Amino acid sequence: MKCQKCDKPATFHITELTDGNPQELHLCEEHAREYLSQSGMGSAEPENMAAALAHQMAQQMAVGQTAEELARLDQQVCPFCGISFYDFRSRGRLGCPHDYTCFEAQLNPLILNIHGETEHTGKTPRLGSRASQEKTQLIRFRREMKEAVAEEDYERAGKLRDTIRRIEQGDSPEETSH
Amino acid sequence: MELNDLTQNQGQWLRGSGPQSDIVMSSRIRLARNLADFPFVGQASDVDRQRIEEVLKGAVQGIEDASRLLYIEVDDLAGVDRQFLVERHLISREHAESEGVRAVAIDGGESFSIMINEEDHLRIQVMRSGLSLDETWEEINRIDDSLESKVTYAFHDKYGYLTACPTNVGTGMRVSVMLHLPALVLTRQIEKVFRSLQKISLAVRGLYGEGSQAMGDFYQISNQITLGRSEQDLIKQVHDIVPVIIDYERQARDFLIKESPENLHDRVSRAYGILRTAQTISSEETMLLLSSVRMGVNLGLIHDLEIPLLNDLFLKTQPAHLQKLTGAELDSSDRNIERARYLRSHLHGQNEPNGPEKN
Ligand SMILES: [Zn+2]
Ligand SMILES: [Zn+2]
Repeated sequence: MKCQKCDKPATFHITELTDGNPQELHLCEEHAREYLSQSGMGSAEPENMAAALAHQMAQQMAVGQTAEELARLDQQVCPFCGISFYDFRSRGRLGCPHDYTCFEAQLNPLILNIHGETEHTGKTPRLGSRASQEKTQLIRFRREMKEAVAEEDYERAGKLRDTIRRIEQGDSPEETSH
Repeated sequence: MELNDLTQNQGQWLRGSGPQSDIVMSSRIRLARNLADFPFVGQASDVDRQRIEEVLKGAVQGIEDASRLLYIEVDDLAGVDRQFLVERHLISREHAESEGVRAVAIDGGESFSIMINEEDHLRIQVMRSGLSLDETWEEINRIDDSLESKVTYAFHDKYGYLTACPTNVGTGMRVSVMLHLPALVLTRQIEKVFRSLQKISLAVRGLYGEGSQAMGDFYQISNQITLGRSEQDLIKQVHDIVPVIIDYERQARDFLIKESPENLHDRVSRAYGILRTAQTISSEETMLLLSSVRMGVNLGLIHDLEIPLLNDLFLKTQPAHLQKLTGAELDSSDRNIERARYLRSHLHGQNEPNGPEKN
C-alpha cells in the first residue's frame, strides 16, 4: 500500500478515533510524523514535546490496522498494576515496569517510532542483573530439588538444597524483600 | 546543611567557570530510573509512594556523607522555597508543583540533585559549569552504580531501563548543554540553528521555557532519543555539536561588530545604563538587559564588570531568590522595586549618584 501523500510505501496505519467514527490513514514514516506533530502541541519543552508526541501517537496509532482490533488491544489489562492499554493511550504514561512486557505488541512500534530503534545498547545494571540471574537459578534449582525428591534421589536433592542455601545466604544486601 | 545555606552559594549552572564559559554556561546529565517492584509514580498509591520514598531515601543517603547532603521533603516546603530550587535548577517545575510524597537530595556543592517520586521514582541529575560532559557522566555513572548496589532497578533485556514514559526508555538519559547565544538571537539566525538541530534529533529549548524568546538568551541543547545508542554516543552527539554552535555565535558577534560597532556599543551601554539606574524593573527585562551587558563584557565593550558578578545577578534577581535574600514575601510590584535596588547596589559599588538621599 502506498502513502496517501506520496509514492513511498505506507508503513503507518493510523486510525483516528477522536471524532467518534474511526477514520483510517495510511502514511509513510515522514508523513506520519508530520501528521502527528501537526495535530496540535503547545509546549516548547523538548521533554514535554517528546512526551506529547508519544502520547499523541499512542492515542492515534492503531497497531493493528482496523478499529476493531484497536478496540480489542485497548481492553488488554496489565495484571500487575491494573491499567489497560487504553489508559496508557489516554494518559501517555505507563502504570508499571511490567507494562513493557504486557503491552509489548502495541508498544514496540511506538518505541520504534520515537527512537528509531527498539534495542537498548547502553549501560546495564551489574548487580541488578546478577540478582535476577540468581532468582531464575533459584527457581530452577528448587524445581530440580522437588523432582529429585520425587525420584527419591536424596543425594542429589541434598546437594541442590545446599546450593540453594548458599545462594540465599550469599544473596546481595538488598534482601529478597520483593 | 540547610536550604538557606544555598543562598550563599553560586548556582552551579551560573558559576561561569570552565572551558568556553563565555558561551557555554553549564553541562548537565540526568538519568531516569525506577524500582522494579513498584508501580510507576503516576499509578502508585499513597502507601506505595511512601514506601518508594523510604527505600530511596535510605539508598540516597548512602551515597555521600549525610552532613553534606541536603534531604528535603518537597511537600513540606513553602511555595517560595520550591520556586527557589526551581530557579537553581535543582528540581523541575513539575516536581515543585505536583502533589504527594516526594523529595529531593542535593549535595552541598550543588553538583548533583536527586529527585524522588517525580515522573519516575528517581531522577538523578549532575551539573557542571562550562563544557564538561565527560566529567559529568563519570560522576552520574558513579552515583547510579552506588544506588544500583542498594536497590533493584526496573530493567528489561531488550528495552533497557524502564521509564513511565516510553520517550525516556533505554538509557533514561538526557544530556544537555546550556548556551548563551545573544548574537544569534539579535541577528535572527537562532531559528535556523534550531531547525538544523532538530534534523539530527537534538532538541533546543529556552531557559525556563516560557514565551518564544528564551529568558536572557539562554538555550539548552539536548538529545531527544534515549534508546538504541550507548550513553557515550549520546554524549558525543551533544558534545560534537557545541563547538559548531559556539562558532556560529562568534561569527554572529563578529558580524554585529563589523556591521555597526556604534549600534552594538550603544545597545550594550544603554542596557548597562538602565540596569544601573532603574527604580523598578521586571524579571524579564532584567534578563534581557543582563544578556546584552554580558555580551558587552565578553566583547570588551564594558570594562568595569566581571562575568561572575553578572552570572550571579541572573540568578539573584529571580523572584524567589529576591525574596529569600530580603527575607520577606514580596508581591510582584514590590519585587520589581527590590530587584532594581539590588541591581543598583551591585552594579554601582559604593557611589549611587542618583539616589534620593543625595540632592
Ligand atoms: Zn508520504
Ligand atoms: Zn502494569
